[in-house]
Amino acid sequence: MLRITKLPITIFALFIIFFPWIARQIPAIDHYTDIMVFAGIYCLITIGLSLLMGYAGQISLGHAAFYGIGAYVSAILTVRYGLNPWACMCIGVAVTAAVALLVGAPSLKLKGHYLAMATLAFGIIIFIIFNEEIEWTGGPDGMAGIPGLSIFGFELDSVEKYFYLVWGFVLAAFVFTVNVIQSGTGRALRAIHASEPAASAMGVDVSRFKIMIFVYSAVLASLAGSLYAHYLNFVNPSTFDLFFSIKLLIMIALGGMHNIWGAVIGAGLITFLSYEWLHYFEEFDVIVYGAILLLVTIFLPQGLAGVPGIVKDWFRS
Amino acid sequence: MEKITLASQLLQYLITGLTVGSVYAMVAVGFNIIYNVTEIINFAQGEFVMLGGLIMVFFHVAMGLSLILAFPATVILVTLVGMLLDRLAIRPIRQPSVLTLIIATIAASIIIKGAAMFIWGKDPYDLPAFSGRNPITFLGAVIQPQYLWVIGFLVFVVIALSIFFDRTIIGKAMSACADNADAASLVGINVKQMILLSFALSAGIGAVAGITMTPISLMEYDRGVMLAIKGFGAAILGGLGSFPGAILGGLIIGSIESFGAGLISSGYKDAFALLVLMAVLFFKPSGIFGDIEISKIKRF
Repeated sequence: MLRITKLPITIFALFIIFFPWIARQIPAIDHYTDIMVFAGIYCLITIGLSLLMGYAGQISLGHAAFYGIGAYVSAILTVRYGLNPWACMCIGVAVTAAVALLVGAPSLKLKGHYLAMATLAFGIIIFIIFNEEIEWTGGPDGMAGIPGLSIFGFELDSVEKYFYLVWGFVLAAFVFTVNVIQSGTGRALRAIHASEPAASAMGVDVSRFKIMIFVYSAVLASLAGSLYAHYLNFVNPSTFDLFFSIKLLIMIALGGMHNIWGAVIGAGLITFLSYEWLHYFEEFDVIVYGAILLLVTIFLPQGLAGVPGIVKDWFRS
Repeated sequence: MEKITLASQLLQYLITGLTVGSVYAMVAVGFNIIYNVTEIINFAQGEFVMLGGLIMVFFHVAMGLSLILAFPATVILVTLVGMLLDRLAIRPIRQPSVLTLIIATIAASIIIKGAAMFIWGKDPYDLPAFSGRNPITFLGAVIQPQYLWVIGFLVFVVIALSIFFDRTIIGKAMSACADNADAASLVGINVKQMILLSFALSAGIGAVAGITMTPISLMEYDRGVMLAIKGFGAAILGGLGSFPGAILGGLIIGSIESFGAGLISSGYKDAFALLVLMAVLFFKPSGIFGDIEISKIKRF
């Protein structure tokens, strides 16, 4: 759980670098690169959320809101004011951080159910705002015409180029988060998870760390939202509804919330399930998601990331 | 045409609010029953209400059973769903923590919601009102007879529950579990059965709420979440675990929602209750009747 070694990260990076090339060789999966863009966007959110839930032990059922704020700030500022997309992304991050601070500071004093409900309520309120402030957000119909991204005049106009951009962000966030986990901050977080009174007795400033991580995870969600808006060139509120927050929870629970790799695995699997493998179920896929969530909670509390440990124990005994 | 005065308008909002609030109060009472025995917040509480409405539509409208038969049949069926929830989602968890219990009830709620969509589709369903739809005019406000049924059933549920918890041995055993589960099991109370019973009771009350509200506001598969969160808001506002608090909280939340929708903005109708919920959580999480000392003793 604690040690994150360099080798898996290298293998992971190589896999990402060669993925579009591999997908291109096999016609049946050549659209997987497109799905992987979404997987990367979700991954960015789950990495932060896994730090918050798995390492700091705080639950959030409102991260769809931060994701949405990032996306809408990017959409509104680029479409209505013609600002530079990268500047909008930064403004989105700043706005989200401010909102997260505002909501997080009183929320994180709460525990367990109370925190879950407070973040849930916050998420729904933001969702209602997206729907109701039609002048700004376009209401339920959403907003179209969001420009794509370019780096120094180099247009990221193909799926593959965007793929590398998104996964570049994911890799950076991953490495940064791993460093956080292995630093004093990470130890402080695990101490908070184990016992808040004990942690604070050891001199850990519990509330400061909790808020810091909450804001960090919100910022990652906001970045993901901006990336999403510029990739699809379109946003509408239903992307950021309560079920998306629950889907994030499913990703983390399935992957394993006590392991940062779980965030990556969970986001990838659930993305492929929802974009590709569950087409047969149409909209009844919610039953499958519910079943996955329930079965994982009952039979695999450590998530898929815990499977190697279980197998190891099994061989030993 | 009678002139609509501001006073009658406000009275109208109040009556509507108290009716909706009665539904939230019933949901809140359901939360409290489970919370008191198990310290679990059942995120699937709203699904019981939704199921109550839709199953009643099935028995009463589709199968043509009379109201007298369809009502108890629906309550019994939803009660069974509540017991299944405990047996299939809560009890199998080996190392319960707040996080896993929250996740398990969320999982159950989306499974129930998905199943309801599978069975009934996405359309809202109507149910005939219990005693017709001829409105009663009272001081310029219009009252649907069904409003009185909703409020009446809230009163009935409250009286029945207080008799159950104060006068019957099972009810007292359940209260004992709420005070201290270990001590209760030492004096021979089967705690697991009491937990099962708490889920059954709370599902049954949810079903009553759903059945009585459907003639007013129709019912569809995805109504559960909102009902659950507003019911939770009511429970928190009154003080989690307190029954008088749940009722008062429900009526207050319902009224705020009704006045907010009428006077400020109907688009933000749902947001008002949530803002109240967040404000209570931020500034006085123990609620009106809640006891901070007691909430510190609770495990979760």
